[in-house]
Amino acid sequence: MSTSLSIQGPRFGALGVYALLYLAFIYIPVLFLPLFSFNDSIYIAFPLKGFTFEWYEQMAASNGLIAALMNSLKVGSAVAVGATILGTFAAKAVTRYKIPGRGPVITFIMIPLVIPGIIMGIALLVIANMSGLGLSLYTIGLGHLLVSTPFAMLIMVSRLEGFDKNLEEASQDLGESAWSTFWRVTFPLALPGIIASLLLSFTISFDEFILAFFLAGTDTTLPVYIWGQMRFPAKLPAVLALGACILIASFFVVSFAEWFRRRGTSPQTSSGI
Amino acid sequence: MSDNDFIWIDAVTKDFGEVRAVDNIDMKIKRGEFFSLLGPSGCGKTTLLRILAGFESPTVGEVYIDGQPMSAVPPHQRPVNMVFQNYAIFPHLDVRQNIGYGLRKSGLTKEEIHAKVDEMLEMIKLVGYGSRRSTELSGGERQRVALARALIKRPKVLLLDEPLGALDKKLREQMQLELRALQREVGITFVFVTHDQEEALTMSDRIAVMSRGQALQVEEPTELYEAPNCRFVADFIGSMNFFDGKVISLDNGLATIDAGPLGRISASCPAGHVTQGADVLVAIRPEKLSILTEMPDDQANMVAGQIGPSAYLGDRSHFYIKIDGRDEPVAVASQNMERISDRFSGGTDRQVWLTWSQEAVVLLPPE
Repeated sequence: MSTSLSIQGPRFGALGVYALLYLAFIYIPVLFLPLFSFNDSIYIAFPLKGFTFEWYEQMAASNGLIAALMNSLKVGSAVAVGATILGTFAAKAVTRYKIPGRGPVITFIMIPLVIPGIIMGIALLVIANMSGLGLSLYTIGLGHLLVSTPFAMLIMVSRLEGFDKNLEEASQDLGESAWSTFWRVTFPLALPGIIASLLLSFTISFDEFILAFFLAGTDTTLPVYIWGQMRFPAKLPAVLALGACILIASFFVVSFAEWFRRRGTSPQTSSGI
Repeated sequence: MSDNDFIWIDAVTKDFGEVRAVDNIDMKIKRGEFFSLLGPSGCGKTTLLRILAGFESPTVGEVYIDGQPMSAVPPHQRPVNMVFQNYAIFPHLDVRQNIGYGLRKSGLTKEEIHAKVDEMLEMIKLVGYGSRRSTELSGGERQRVALARALIKRPKVLLLDEPLGALDKKLREQMQLELRALQREVGITFVFVTHDQEEALTMSDRIAVMSRGQALQVEEPTELYEAPNCRFVADFIGSMNFFDGKVISLDNGLATIDAGPLGRISASCPAGHVTQGADVLVAIRPEKLSILTEMPDDQANMVAGQIGPSAYLGDRSHFYIKIDGRDEPVAVASQNMERISDRFSGGTDRQVWLTWSQEAVVLLPPE
């Protein structure tokens, strides 16, 4: 990243401007969130009226908002763990064993990536109703698991392909069964990938809207709750305050994940994420 | 089961889809032997080694180690250990943890394992390296760690998959001698895979030369070099000049052969090896040819030629001699016993004569 930006000579002018515009395009809209969350007005418009913590107090006092946040955290955590476990074992199978029909199997696992969310949402809604499962946080979780697993598998495939499979054979050769080899060699070496997969699956679930909208019962997740609040202008600034909090939390989480990923990338086991 | 068939590879064939990697190999390896599988890449030597380790199972045939059939035994329960080509040192563990890796289920206490690892570190001369990671080791040090990690298990057989391939020449030669000495010391049967014929000749008790999944010849190094049984072996081990010939007469272990551009030559050959009138391939090693500047008299095996290109290699020189009736020059290797800048006054195109003894000629089956 740093090398590609440090271009010298006459070309810097044009490319530098382009880079700044690009960064502005990505980040300015996001930065409006914290900005207006401190603005002393329920209308999101310039000029700014004054500085206030009121919206943060309102956010903390809003039971519905906090409940939706908790639901999202619960569903997101469960989906992260579930998708990562499924993705890891699927990746282990397709990278390490000669399974018949490897190509079609991978394609089938990846298909949810390209099915439009709205189609998937309707299909899952029909199934949930037909099977008598009923709509709840569980159905949302299952829907999210379906769309997160392909991502988890992609991450784990590249991680497992990134390190020498002789290491696993060496472990077996030294007397460890396939299962204990997994825990003594594969798992520790795949850990950076596992962390990345957990974070990505969590994020996918956390901000997923369409499936959650179709599959929600009485309890909703945060995106669905926020969408519901849009009808009441007075509630909006509290949502902005929450958005600012989430922004800061994700900044720390992503920084941690990146630090961890780099730490796990020794010269020998070239990274694959 | 005797010591002579400690490992018995019994008619093993291995197919990968349409590709036959190992083709009906029958081989016996003695207890305590340093046995090499030698061949070009793709000859099936690594596949055969992996069959011994249990990572591949034979399509047909069976492998016996110390009398026990192995096909039902998974890799982690076989009495063999392997040194991998790239050493496969666990990057998340230090040297001490790597070497002690295989002892977890040995029933030894922590203190006993510690003592055994110390012993190994001493043996591979890496005392004080215990807490290093594989990235902090040189190629030679990694190779030793891989060796110690396998030997600490006291396997019946140690499998080595081109373990010296990644080392530079000097270090490789040193490790060859060390490995050989180590094998004598521990007395474990070594099965060693290499594509380097010099390495195989230096280290092995016996060598199997492999090509296209088959074992062409299994012999001691000297026999393999002096009496190869086919063109491939003769060509792969060392270098060789080949001539087409026909057996004219056979007399008491001495064959007279019409070898085209070489004229009539005589060659000693064991009885029953060739028959009169048969086509043969005449093979002569470059170092068994002598270059004379004067025409010798009374030489049965002789041919005239002109000096062609030459290469000075320090301890020896290679000359390429052009002879009539043959496009390809004859290679001659000659020791540089004295300091000489120009061996043959007159240089290129100078008339010379090549001579060789009857024993220098190897008769091979024609192509």
